[in-house]
Amino acid sequence: MLDQHVNVLSLLQTVGEITGRKKFQKIVFISKKLGMPFHEKYDFHRYGPYSEELNLRLEELQQFEFISEIKEEMAGYHQYRYQVATNGEHFLKTKGNNRETFEQQKNVIQEMNVCSSKFLELTATILFLEPANQEEIIRKVHVLKKTQNYSKADIEHAYAHIERWRQHLNKVKLPSEGRVSSSFDG
Amino acid sequence: MSRGNTMLKEEKVFKDPVHRYIHVRDQLIWDLIGTKEFQRLRRVRQLGTTFLTFHGAEHTRFNHSLGVYEIMRRMIEVFKGRPHWNEEDRLLCLATALLHDIGHGPFSHSFEKVFDTDHESWTRAIIMGKTEVNAVLRRMGDEFPREVSEVIEKTHPNKLVVSMISSQIDADRMDYLQRDAFYTGVSYGHFDMERILRVMRPLDDQVVIKSTGMHAVEDYIMSRYQMYWQVYFHPVTRSAEVILNKILRRAKYLYLNGFTFKQFPMHLQPFFDGDISIADYLKLDEMIIFYYFQVWEEEQDEILADLCGRFLHRRLFQYVEFNQHFIMNEWAGLQERFKAIGVDPDYYLVIDFSSDLPYDFYRPGEEEERMPIHLLMNDRKLRELSRQSDVVEAISGKKRTDHKLYYPSDILHTPGQENEKREILEILSG
Repeated sequence: MLDQHVNVLSLLQTVGEITGRKKFQKIVFISKKLGMPFHEKYDFHRYGPYSEELNLRLEELQQFEFISEIKEEMAGYHQYRYQVATNGEHFLKTKGNNRETFEQQKNVIQEMNVCSSKFLELTATILFLEPANQEEIIRKVHVLKKTQNYSKADIEHAYAHIERWRQHLNKVKLPSEGRVSSSFDG
Repeated sequence: MSRGNTMLKEEKVFKDPVHRYIHVRDQLIWDLIGTKEFQRLRRVRQLGTTFLTFHGAEHTRFNHSLGVYEIMRRMIEVFKGRPHWNEEDRLLCLATALLHDIGHGPFSHSFEKVFDTDHESWTRAIIMGKTEVNAVLRRMGDEFPREVSEVIEKTHPNKLVVSMISSQIDADRMDYLQRDAFYTGVSYGHFDMERILRVMRPLDDQVVIKSTGMHAVEDYIMSRYQMYWQVYFHPVTRSAEVILNKILRRAKYLYLNGFTFKQFPMHLQPFFDGDISIADYLKLDEMIIFYYFQVWEEEQDEILADLCGRFLHRRLFQYVEFNQHFIMNEWAGLQERFKAIGVDPDYYLVIDFSSDLPYDFYRPGEEEERMPIHLLMNDRKLRELSRQSDVVEAISGKKRTDHKLYYPSDILHTPGQENEKREILEILSG
């Protein structure tokens, strides 16, 4: 029941807090590409891979009062902070106790969470453009992300992170994808 | 770009109930329509399970794709000779419009959820792989299939071309709104497309609308809003979708647990195994799926047989509104009571969510993702639509969500275990 909601909620619980909608979007996308059990559909948008489904999921989790979204005024823009609410903790304990809690993927997810959203946008874009070769991907990053001015070092840094995260996750057992879910799935 | 393309000696036309005629003058387009991958779209309905609610909704991805092509062709005629429009992009636009849905399978939505596939990835795979479509596209040059694929993927550097096929006012939406309204027989989806086409202008990296066309665009936005809630999210359609989804999940579960099917589902085996080739994917259409549903209605497994019968004979689930109170207080008890009367809640108690954002625009610093519709004012400046239109402003950024709980009402009204069933009905009626 509500497996995909539980996954998003568990991810948030794993890191404690996520600041920024863009960061949330990119962390879930990168986690999905690294083999974690997220099934939200992503398209390529203005800031790279973006999922309307995840956006909806977050809205539903707020409506259920499972997560809190705190809107903060910044200099000239708004920022959103997400945390698991008391109801959400209760839900995870009672309904999600047999679910994956990303305990083994914790380090990777936490590491993503301390990256800037600009860097995660680059990393997610690279993963979206795979399986094209590195040279082609770099060419496209420069075309598609012209305004972000990613340097050669930024791109090398992103590839290094992806490689390290992949290596780490290869050492841990990922949840079975063959399991038939009992959740909402529409 | 016209390399590899010739004009047909005689224009071909398709009679179309929505656009009257669809005109084909390019050999490239005619040959793409003739490929087996494009012809497969005749066997995939445009609106999935909607025909169970609106019986006229039997139209296919084939006629929608032709419709999108026709709108794109008309758009290009308006753009011809104007600044910012490069006539060399004409065939890229037309081929993209025609092929944008080539990766759709039968009942795409449910398939993608159960088998973790994605029709856009399949669209790219069909365009780039060893297919007839790829062979026709390659006549335009080795890079042409990749360009078409990138436009569909929205990663092509030419943002004007991307926005013509995917933005908040694009050829795809303009066709499906009118077509789906026509075939469902509803009156909501109608808007003045001829007027919109006349006032569309190419500009740098987007299509803009002359300010004099604002009211036609308002009508289009409102008709989209109505279509989502009256047709696409119709609760009966969603009920059918819920059952379809559960059939596929049950079949996959049985396969993975070594169930011996009376008729082995060889067409679905690659999907169950998660190892799908382009050839496997292209073999699936709605005829095949209905064949298996007919066969599975006779299967030993009671759940699979029952769900298939429900779908085939339109014995759908009933629904109630679902809210936060339900999930925190009633959900666990409801599941237990279903188990007590011998009904598996994993298959017969389903929460479904629908959500739509009718129109949105960028807000500085936030990750709002939709390219806004811009009006071209008389002083040549651009103004975002909701700044100019009170009607659009009223619905801008307003997401509407709807939560429903689906269950088999008929089972709860059959003799036996009346007390338990009464309790369930009391919970469901709130």
